[in-house]
Amino acid sequence: MIIKILGSGCKKCLTLGTNAQTAARSAGKQAEIVKVTDIAQIAAYGLMSTPGLVIDEKLVSAGKVLSAQEIEKLL
Amino acid sequence: MSLFGWLNDQLLRMQWLSDLVTSSVSAVGLDPATRLGGSVQFFVYDVLKIFLLLSVLIFAISYVQSFFPPERTRRILGGRSGLWANTLAALLGTITPFCSCSSIPIFIGFTAAGLPLAITFSFLISSPLVDLASVILLASIFSWPIALAYVAVGLVIAVVGGTLIGRAGMEDQVADFVRTTPVSDTDQSMTRAERLAFARDQVTEIVHRVWPYILIGVGIGAVIHNWIPATTITALLGQGNWWSVPLATLIGIPMYADIFGTLPIAEALVTKGAGLGTVLAFMMAVTALSLPSIIMLRRVVKTPLLVLFLVVVTGGILGIGVLFNALTPLFL
Repeated sequence: MIIKILGSGCKKCLTLGTNAQTAARSAGKQAEIVKVTDIAQIAAYGLMSTPGLVIDEKLVSAGKVLSAQEIEKLL
Repeated sequence: MSLFGWLNDQLLRMQWLSDLVTSSVSAVGLDPATRLGGSVQFFVYDVLKIFLLLSVLIFAISYVQSFFPPERTRRILGGRSGLWANTLAALLGTITPFCSCSSIPIFIGFTAAGLPLAITFSFLISSPLVDLASVILLASIFSWPIALAYVAVGLVIAVVGGTLIGRAGMEDQVADFVRTTPVSDTDQSMTRAERLAFARDQVTEIVHRVWPYILIGVGIGAVIHNWIPATTITALLGQGNWWSVPLATLIGIPMYADIFGTLPIAEALVTKGAGLGTVLAFMMAVTALSLPSIIMLRRVVKTPLLVLFLVVVTGGILGIGVLFNALTPLFL
């Protein structure tokens, strides 16, 4: 699966990326983490505040740093 | 002295901090009455005051903001039109995040959901221009009448500007991909603990982002305050010159700085005899428009709409500068 982190490189996006990695590992799933930093590409997912989390092209959260446990439930 | 006056002096203007810094400066052997001692006093006091006020204010305001994420604002504004809708958009702009970097996703999100340009631009103009933190800082550095007048004129620019842009019939002057962007509503509710954590994170993030601007701003302020003769400032930016407002606006537009960094410069300029309207025009130009934000906006709107936006906002700022210079006796 592909997990995308949407955000222009802020600290929150980095934390969200790490949490997503942890979540995928503990769920035993093979996941590729992609960082999207271009503002037009970010906005194309329809979110208005960053960081955003996209799992397999579906936007699941915006404007919030989810914990690894919360992400695991979404995988 | 009235209780309000006392609270205002001690909490907002931080008279105690000024006294403390003055005696500390004297204690290390610098006379605050001299140029060097005065500069050091201005710098230390202003830096401490702005950082203290900023941290407290951002915490409080971010807590309030956590109730109004852009998704909710969009729902509130959806389906409305007319002057009241513009006013509502301008008001909601005052309680949304400070950063102009979030305005592009918001522009796309609003437009894709079918909000008229008039509403979206009222929101986008007011959002960086007027926010609660800057209002309280203005009250601290100048006075309440000036702070309230700043809010009022900021909102007027946002409402009138948005309305004019709506009337121009430029709904098609938006980059093509904007209209086809999906609208998502991933609005999660937050617990109180999450709101407090959000507010704390905002303080860290914003202080981290703006501290260089504040240090530079206060540094320039200290130089103006103690080293540049009042006659020079009055000759350049005094309210007698018709060209001082356009000059201040043109210098301010391309600059990118937070309002928190421009306030100390504004403070020093006004005490040195610059026109109040001139200084407000400078502050508004710096915060409402900047080269980076114009370049960003260029990617989502077509040139005629971008030009109209620039003309409307610049015109509004010029008008306000001239108006405030004419009304200065009411405020100072």
